[in-house]
Amino acid sequence: MAQEQQARSLVRLEDTRFEPWTALGAFERETGLDDGRTGAASVFVGTMRDFNVGDDVEQLFLEHYPGMTERELERIAAEALERWPVNACLIVHRVGLIRPGEPIVLTAAWSAHRGAAFDACRHLIEALKHRAPFWKREDLRDGRQRWVSENTPA
Amino acid sequence: MTITIRYFASLREQVGRAEDHLETGHAATVGEAWQRLHGQAMPARVLAAVNQEYVAADHRLADGDEVAFFPPVTGG
Repeated sequence: MAQEQQARSLVRLEDTRFEPWTALGAFERETGLDDGRTGAASVFVGTMRDFNVGDDVEQLFLEHYPGMTERELERIAAEALERWPVNACLIVHRVGLIRPGEPIVLTAAWSAHRGAAFDACRHLIEALKHRAPFWKREDLRDGRQRWVSENTPA
Repeated sequence: MTITIRYFASLREQVGRAEDHLETGHAATVGEAWQRLHGQAMPARVLAAVNQEYVAADHRLADGDEVAFFPPVTGG
């Protein structure tokens, strides 16, 4: 008989470049998601563009509120585990200086079926964008700096 | 006792400093703290947290609280 296994989540901030696909593989192994209970994984990866609202962007600086940011991300992951029948959730987010092409964020959810995995993964990224205290400053190629005033709707 | 007020991102640059301190008793709520420090009502787009939890402007302050004011978040 299959044993009841506890759902788990992991939240991590990275101050240097991370590789989302390596992070996913490592988390799957550590969490034992190959035990036959998990039939679906849904993944979102956000990557830095070299353009925004018509301007060339040289690099991005991501500020956060140490302590509150982690707490808010953990709360968002806990909500996903509570609302959907998911086996695991993962959130990884960059802070500091980021160059175009580098991953900024990874959210992922594992479940028995795709519906819950998609819904939970979408909740992770949408709630993060609305509530997690991160702020982007763009350093433009022409030398100007500006704070991004709001996120794109989708 | 005092309350520590922290500012983040574009708001820190607009205010011109990262931190303020306020004597307990000079402001009963988060909104009053802003009013006391900046001489005007707290703007609608400014977000507030106390002890690293989101709060509304009418949240009551206590000794040793860490208050944070920041602009809309733009992570992800």
